[in-house]
Amino acid sequence: MNQKIIEQSLCVKNLHVKIDQLELAKGMSFDLHPGEVTVIIGPNGTGKSTLLKTLFGDINRQQGDICFGETSLNKKWLSKWRKHFGYMPQDIHLDIELSVLEVVLLGQLDALSLRLNESMVSEALYALEQIGLLHLADRPVNALSGGQCQMILFAQAMMRKPSILMLDEPVSALDLHFQQVLLDHLDRKTKENRWISLMVLHDLNLAAQYADKLLVVKDGLIVSHGAPKTVLTPELVKDVYGVDAEVTVDGQGIPFIRTRRSSYKQEPDNVKTKLKKETGVSSVF
Amino acid sequence: MHSQSISSAIQDQRRSEKRRWFVICILFIILAFSFVLDVATGPSMLGVVEVSRALMQFFGLPAKVDVTTLVIVTELRLPIAIMAVIVGGVLGVGGAEMQTLLNNPMASPYTLGMAAAAGFGAALMLYIGSLGLSSNVAVPIGAFVCCMLAACLLFALATMRHITSGQLILAGIALLFLFQSMLSLVQFIASPELSQQILFWLFGSLSKSSWTNLAIVASVTVVSMALLMNDAWRLTALRLGEERAKSLGVNVNSLRLRTLFIVAVMTATVTSFVGIIGFIGIVAPNIARILVGEDQRFFLPLSFIIGSFLLSSASVLSKVIVPGALFPIGIVTAIIGVPFFFWLIIGRRRR
Repeated sequence: MNQKIIEQSLCVKNLHVKIDQLELAKGMSFDLHPGEVTVIIGPNGTGKSTLLKTLFGDINRQQGDICFGETSLNKKWLSKWRKHFGYMPQDIHLDIELSVLEVVLLGQLDALSLRLNESMVSEALYALEQIGLLHLADRPVNALSGGQCQMILFAQAMMRKPSILMLDEPVSALDLHFQQVLLDHLDRKTKENRWISLMVLHDLNLAAQYADKLLVVKDGLIVSHGAPKTVLTPELVKDVYGVDAEVTVDGQGIPFIRTRRSSYKQEPDNVKTKLKKETGVSSVF
Repeated sequence: MHSQSISSAIQDQRRSEKRRWFVICILFIILAFSFVLDVATGPSMLGVVEVSRALMQFFGLPAKVDVTTLVIVTELRLPIAIMAVIVGGVLGVGGAEMQTLLNNPMASPYTLGMAAAAGFGAALMLYIGSLGLSSNVAVPIGAFVCCMLAACLLFALATMRHITSGQLILAGIALLFLFQSMLSLVQFIASPELSQQILFWLFGSLSKSSWTNLAIVASVTVVSMALLMNDAWRLTALRLGEERAKSLGVNVNSLRLRTLFIVAVMTATVTSFVGIIGFIGIVAPNIARILVGEDQRFFLPLSFIIGSFLLSSASVLSKVIVPGALFPIGIVTAIIGVPFFFWLIIGRRRR
C-alpha cells in the first residue's frame, strides 16, 4: 500500500437525503479518518442505515458532497467508488446451498475465476481462523445459527480489504463472546491497516468501549461528533433517546451508561445513592 | 506459512470440489446412456451395439455398420436425440437462472409466462394462416416473437428501481394467465382442425427436428452458456440477496437484465422449435441444487445435464409407452419427473 491511500479521509459536506417525504439528512457534515473506528448511534428510524447506503452510493442524495481523498461519489464511477468499500448490510439471512468457505470467498468476488487458486482459499480460511470459526469452513451456511451467519458475513466483508469498512449493526445476533471477538478484531485491523471503519451500534456501552469517535445522529442532523468521553453525557442520552440515564466512568476511564426505568423516577433518593455506589462494576446487573 | 488446520481445510475444499465434478461426470455418463437408448428406440428397433457402432462411424471413428442403420441413425434419429439433449439442457439452465435471479425455487421461464406467450404466438400464427410462409418457418417465428415480447415486459419491470423479486414473480404469473387466456381465445374461435393443430403444438414435440433447426438451437445454446458461465460467481453472489451482492461490487441491475435476456433468448429459441415442455425448468435445477449446491460453477452445468437427461429419457419413454405411436413428450416429462422429484424432496437430509 502506498502512502497516498493511507492518508485519505472520507469527507461528507452538507449532505441532504430525502426518501419520499422523509428527510433523513438535513445538512450533515463530518470527516472520517484512517485508523479510526467511528460508531454511529441514534434512535431507530433516524436514517443510520440510510447514511451508510448513501455513502455506498446506493441511495441518491439531494445535495452535498461525499469525497474520499481526491475522488468524489459520482453515479458514473459508482463501481470504481464501491471498490474502496467493504459494506456489511444489516440483513444476515442466508438461504443458499453454499459452504461457509464459499460465502467468505465471495468477499473477493472480482478476483475469483472458475478454478479457485490456492492462495485465495487459504486467505479465506485464515480469515475464518482469526475469528475462531475455521471448524465451520465446510458446513452449509443454511444450517448455521443467525449469530454464526453474522460472523461469517463479517469475515466476508474483511476479505474485501477495503479502505472504508461499513458495518450495519454487526453484533445484533452475537453472544457476548463473539461480540468481543468481532469488535476486537475490527479494532485491531482498523489500526493495523489504517482503515476508515464506520459502524452502527445500539448498545451505548459497547459503543463507548470500541469507538474512537462517536457520531450521534438525530432527526437528520449530527447532534454530536467526538470521543465517547466527551460525547456521552446524561443530557445527550436524554436529548437523543428521551431516556434518563446515569453516566459514570469505569476503572479504565470509559464512560458507563446505566439507564433508569421510567417508573423509578418517583423512587426515594436512596436508590440513587445505592446505584452510585455500585456503578463502575459489573455487579450492577 | 499457514497452520495445520488450514491446510487440512484446503484439502477438504478440494475434496468437495472433486466430489462435485465426480457427480457431474456420473450424470454425464447416465445422460450418454439415455442418449444412445433414445437413438435406438423407434418404429424399427435397433440394437444398442449397432447404434453405438453407427454413432462411432458418424463421428469418424473406426467402426462398420450397414447403410440402412446408418441412414436411420444419422438422418432420422440423431437430430431428434440431440435436440432432446439440447432442449432439455436449455430448459434446465433457464430454470436455474430464473430461480437464481428471483431468489425463488419455484421460478422458471414457464412460471413467468414465457412459454405461454410462445404458445400464444404459435397459435396466432396458425390461426392467421402463417402470413404466406410455410408453417414450419412461421410458427417458430411467431412463438419466438411473442416469447420475447413477454420477456420485454419483464425487462421493463426489472429495470424499475425498487421492484423486488417477489413482485417480478407475481407479474410473471399475471403474464402467464394473460397469455394463456389469449391462447384459449384463439383456440375457441379457430376451426376444430386448427384447434387440433394448436393443441398438438402445445404438447411439445421433438419430431420436427432437423439438422438446420439443430444448428440454430445449438449455436444459441453454446453462446448463451458461455456468457452465463462468465457470470458464474456474480450469479452465485446474487443469491446472497440483492443488497449483499451490491455490497460485494455486483452491478445487480445490469446482471439481472443481462441474465434475463440470455435466458429469454434461449427459452424462446427452443420453445419455438419444440413447443411447450414445462416441467423440466423447475425440476432440473432443484435436483442439481440438492446434488452439488449453488456454486454456479457446478450448479449451471449440472442443471444442463439433468435437464438433458430428463428430456432424453422422456423421449425414450414417449416412444415405448404405446409401441408404434409417439406419446406427447411434454406429458411424459411430468410423469417420470414428478415421482423422482418427490423422492428427492422427501428423502432429503441435511448434510
